[in-house]
Amino acid sequence: MEESGEGIAKDKETWEKRHFRGGKNTERQETFRTDSDLSIARVYTPSDLEGMEYARDLGFPGEYPYTRGVRPNMYRGRFWTMRQYAGFGTAEETNSRFKYLLEQGQTGLSVAFDLVTQIGYDSDHPLAEGEVGKVGVAIDSLADMEVLFAGIPLDKVSTSMTINAPAAVLLAMYVALAEKRGIGQEKLAGTIQNDILKEYMARGTYIFPPAPSMRLITDAFQYCAENLPNWNTISISGYHIREAGATAVQEVAFTLADGIAYVQAAVDSGLKVDDFAPRLSFFFGAHANFFEEIAKFRAARRIWAKIMRERFGAVDAKSLMLRFHTQTAGSTLTAQQPEVNTVRVAFQALSAVLGGTQSLHTNAWDEALALPTESSALLALRTQQVIAHELGVADSVDPLAGSYLLEKLTNDLEEEVWRYLAKIDELGGAVRAIELGFQQKEIQASAYRYQMDIEQGNKVVVGVNKFAGEEVPPQGLWQTDPRVENDQKEKLALLKKGRNPAVVQAHLEQLRRAAAGEENLVPPMIAAVRDYVTLGEICGILREVFGSYEKDSFVRA
Amino acid sequence: MENQRRIRVLVGKVGLDGHDRGAKVIAQALRDAGMEVIYTGLRQTPAQIVEAALQEDVQVIGISILSGAHNHLLPKITELLAAEGAEDIPVIAGGVIPYEDRTFLEKSGVRRIFSPGTATTEIVRFVRELARQG
Repeated sequence: MEESGEGIAKDKETWEKRHFRGGKNTERQETFRTDSDLSIARVYTPSDLEGMEYARDLGFPGEYPYTRGVRPNMYRGRFWTMRQYAGFGTAEETNSRFKYLLEQGQTGLSVAFDLVTQIGYDSDHPLAEGEVGKVGVAIDSLADMEVLFAGIPLDKVSTSMTINAPAAVLLAMYVALAEKRGIGQEKLAGTIQNDILKEYMARGTYIFPPAPSMRLITDAFQYCAENLPNWNTISISGYHIREAGATAVQEVAFTLADGIAYVQAAVDSGLKVDDFAPRLSFFFGAHANFFEEIAKFRAARRIWAKIMRERFGAVDAKSLMLRFHTQTAGSTLTAQQPEVNTVRVAFQALSAVLGGTQSLHTNAWDEALALPTESSALLALRTQQVIAHELGVADSVDPLAGSYLLEKLTNDLEEEVWRYLAKIDELGGAVRAIELGFQQKEIQASAYRYQMDIEQGNKVVVGVNKFAGEEVPPQGLWQTDPRVENDQKEKLALLKKGRNPAVVQAHLEQLRRAAAGEENLVPPMIAAVRDYVTLGEICGILREVFGSYEKDSFVRA
Repeated sequence: MENQRRIRVLVGKVGLDGHDRGAKVIAQALRDAGMEVIYTGLRQTPAQIVEAALQEDVQVIGISILSGAHNHLLPKITELLAAEGAEDIPVIAGGVIPYEDRTFLEKSGVRRIFSPGTATTEIVRFVRELARQG
């Protein structure tokens, strides 16, 4: 039986008067707010969900608007993919960490590349000095990929690659590697991040200006639509936007605005929306404010479904589904009392599972200090396995639906996100807004507010501004082998000497012509990497044709 | 009159690292504390940092680095400063820098390494102190 929301609202008023008038039942704070500054009420009732319609706003799992999840049975079918981001040093070292994680029950791979690779240089470039193999594995050519994936069945394991500006080149290497092993590219499953807009906005590993970057992205969309049906052609990422300081609302809004820009670019280049949209995927962070995070994932799904159906006229159900990877929030890890990070990570991971994530990375406790060791990486993986196998939270789909608080927060978040999307449209879309610095300014203001909240004690971080103790530097942290850079350079020199320079030159000229024209760049890239043309050589040619993105630097304040 | 001049600080990102949240928060905090702040933007070489510091006549250089390349890049900055006869400009740094590396960096002339979680007020205080000494 439905009770009238109005009646309940009235009863609530009476209840408030009875219990809170005249200084009774005082509270810890005057107001309670989420990380996105949404107001949290003392108690929620059906009157907060007035006007909500189950079929329209929630629906059933696996059906429009996908608020409750993209699969009809979610984790009752199979758990999310446990996918730990890993990579350091040389391909050999990373290969053995991959094998170790797979042996320990990890179900997908996720490659971390070093910055040199991410910015499209070879390890022997002057700007690579000191950076080779540091934040990820160093990849210069197909030869390194052969070692990185040695003994790993590419037709059975899905591989996610955090690579953006040169994503098409790494995709080409993966395809060429599979081909060498006799595995058809149609069998490959995985993801390239391939999301340049958030690089300009928050992450910083851009190479080329926006227009040619968008072309590289749509070239990958098109190539994969025709040849790699199981490949996620992009992972539209809010994670780094959030890590740079954005609120949950801004994270979703700026990410979906980027999504709109990519879909529009692909449609403008002549692709049909339902030919590529089913392979778009997303990536979000999981932060500490538990309920807001769960509401965020649910709201994001509902908004994206509406955008795809109403704005782009997509009809394939898969085009409407926001499938996403989640990583627990690196920026919430503390260098102080770092063991406590294990607890933070567990709760953040739980919010991602309750929010219906498709895959998950849990951070290791020592990552505010260094890359994770084998044992800290294992504990992080075990955390996911405990959530999956011991808590029972994966046994019913979208178990928190119907919570007055959660549904209200989901609605409130959605409303705030639409407001930002309208603003970005007004500015001329995500690319233009980034050029104007709109998102960057919003993110920076949130980052500063967050820091001031901590310093002024409005926000407690355990072990940092409260419950702080004497700092004991932890022992046994990860150290990258200092010989990596030289080893990698020697390997590269040897490789370059062993090639036929005329063949390399011919590939580079072919690429130059393709880049200057309009043909899809992925096929000539595959042809080039097959003959061990390096990442730095390919990106070097593209730099010559496309130019480099120059961000405004030297800001005087 | 000299001590009434606003303190001038260069906040820099060196190497290929793209994490600029910390650098921007620190830059804003120093500015809110009344200092004049020049933020270099991303991907500066040590030579570009030193050149900017000299050109802008700053009293303190603050480097943010989360890429693990600190042991290579920070000593380069102090070396280049010394080569320019500007070793009196103090260099401080923050980011993801393991405790084990601090002694080495301090020996190479970096005045102080701040760990994640340091309050901006503490950094403001330290920069003021450095500027006063200089």
